[in-house]
Amino acid sequence: MKRIYGRFSPEQIRVLFLMLLIVLVVVIFSIQIDDYLTANFFNRISTSVAIIAVLAIAQTLVFLTRNFDLSLGSIVGVTAYIIGQQLTRIPNMHPVVTVIFAIGLGMLMGTINGVLIAYGRVPSIIITISTLAIYRSFLVEYSHAIPITTNNLPRWVVELNKISLLTIGGLELRVLFLIMIVIVVIFQLVLSYLRFGRRLYAIGSNPVAAKVAGFPDRNIVFMAFLLSGALGGLAGFMYLVRFGNIMVLAGQGLEFASIAAVVVGGVSNMGGSGTAIGALLGSVMIDLLENSLYRTMAVSEFWRGAILGMLILLAVAIDHVFIGRLRKIWARAGFLMTQSEEDPEKAEVSSHVE
Amino acid sequence: MLNNKKNFLGKLKRIGGWEVFLLVILAIIVFLNTLRAPNYLTINNQVNLFKLSIEKIIIALTMTFLIINGEIDLSAPSIMGLAACFSAFLYENGMNMGIAVVLSLLVGLACGIFNGFWIAYVSLNSLVVTLAMLIGFRGLARLFLEDRSIGYFPDWFNFIGQKNLIGPFPFSLILFFILLIIAIIVLQFSGFGRRVYVIGNNKEAARYSGVNVKRIKFHLYMASGFISALAGLLLAARYGAVRGDTATGYELDIITMALLGGVSIFGGSGTLWGVFLSIMIILNIRNGMSLASFSGHYQTGVIGVILIFSVLGPNIANQFIAWSKRRKRMIEEQKTCESDGKEVIIETK
Repeated sequence: MKRIYGRFSPEQIRVLFLMLLIVLVVVIFSIQIDDYLTANFFNRISTSVAIIAVLAIAQTLVFLTRNFDLSLGSIVGVTAYIIGQQLTRIPNMHPVVTVIFAIGLGMLMGTINGVLIAYGRVPSIIITISTLAIYRSFLVEYSHAIPITTNNLPRWVVELNKISLLTIGGLELRVLFLIMIVIVVIFQLVLSYLRFGRRLYAIGSNPVAAKVAGFPDRNIVFMAFLLSGALGGLAGFMYLVRFGNIMVLAGQGLEFASIAAVVVGGVSNMGGSGTAIGALLGSVMIDLLENSLYRTMAVSEFWRGAILGMLILLAVAIDHVFIGRLRKIWARAGFLMTQSEEDPEKAEVSSHVE
Repeated sequence: MLNNKKNFLGKLKRIGGWEVFLLVILAIIVFLNTLRAPNYLTINNQVNLFKLSIEKIIIALTMTFLIINGEIDLSAPSIMGLAACFSAFLYENGMNMGIAVVLSLLVGLACGIFNGFWIAYVSLNSLVVTLAMLIGFRGLARLFLEDRSIGYFPDWFNFIGQKNLIGPFPFSLILFFILLIIAIIVLQFSGFGRRVYVIGNNKEAARYSGVNVKRIKFHLYMASGFISALAGLLLAARYGAVRGDTATGYELDIITMALLGGVSIFGGSGTLWGVFLSIMIILNIRNGMSLASFSGHYQTGVIGVILIFSVLGPNIANQFIAWSKRRKRMIEEQKTCESDGKEVIIETK
């Protein structure tokens, strides 16, 4: 047993376990439901996973620094609406310009969050719970409750969702799915190899130590929120492409879905651990469960919230109990220095004292 | 000496600076509103203000306890919704409303126990647990009513929410004042209250000095669940109808009421006097904005901005005070060193 523990870190074991669980879920559902494993199902899941996964990556960046971003749902709604409105006004806007515009809008909202949290030293939960309401009420006031409809959008936006880059026996590689893959790969590389990425982990695992070591902690937290906003903007564009019709309440609840995905994917709410791949797997898991459960007759769509909530709690509780234990075994095997076992509560106490 | 300088901020602090500040703000808002509407300061109107958001106010009391304790309960509005939906569901299926009310209160208590178990005994992060349950309990509430809306409750139930009990005061308002007095006595004048503060200030120190941290946290969450269910039922009685999304988004108002009242989000400080004043301020601001015919969404946005500034303001003030103290000490040290004529290293921290 010890050999297995030694070869993989607890986080890697967790990711492998999650993969196994996803396969298991697919197998169980394919036994339960006829015509479950069709190409059509894959195509539908892949587009809906794309949006949640991009948001989950955004949430991961913020989670790694021990913060929350609850305003993502409203950021998606605001960008989707404003981009849609601009496209109906100026139909011949270049696609690249549109995407940059969306990312910029998201970045602007992320900047507001980031400045208040990193430099104003206000807990992220307070800021983002407020901006969740502020951005949404801005959208309601700004739009006068007039929805964006598919008919008024330029053709390329509507068709973008259906374009398949590569088709293998009915399995389509759609544009949204490709965007998601690119984002996940980029951020996995950033988090594992770039200085910025490693610093996110450092700040999350011990903020006081990171500060004493001379990291520009405020700037890094600010950057995390900036990037989270930018990815939220991108997700807003993807939302517009997928649905076409944008109501005032578009994107509501996506912040919770992203948190659920991230937590199930093994990104710790105490900061300092988690990967982009994990976030992706978490989103796949959640979306798979959501899309499949309704197809069994036993569960109605009203179960959505209850299941999401229980999943988050379950993932956090399992992590708390098992990962801690695994890490101890791992440390005993001599592969981990003692300091990373540090109790997160102690770090918190010392930050209070300071 | 530095202390003989007249330190305005320090002086304010001694007489309860934040509360005085809130009182001034409240006076200004009331004054402006009175200019706009002459009938503003009548008892009927003020009672009406309370009546319109009495449920949030009641939960703000337990939320104050939790935030002083260093925790938070984001799931309170969902417990409200769950209790209201559960009672409506039972009533729809032919149960006596009285029994349904009691059962719903028990459900609220169970929700509180559930939260408290994970937070106090498994020691999970309260933010994550209550966030998960904000979604989870709401999901359960949806399960009971799906997309329907249920109304036509018995008369006595509607009477509790809509009619006045004594003079111009409805039942819920009297209940609120009773709860407020109990809360003030418990938090400000009892051993339990002192322990709540101590835990908020330093959990470890509290544990080492023999305070049963886990049990106190557990009891607070139990109380929060029960009071939330009570508030949910009052809301159902006032509206006369219940839907699956009853009381969504109330957490913003509730947390704002607590934090604007000077309760520190990091735990360990704040008073119920302050919270009461901030409740008055928020009610009057909302009413003032309604008088100026701003829409409900606009008001929500403004409440969000107030929440941000009620934490940001004291933060910036504290940072400024710390900075100026540091600077003064540096200058002082430099002077003494210069007079001694020795070489020195100035500590900046």
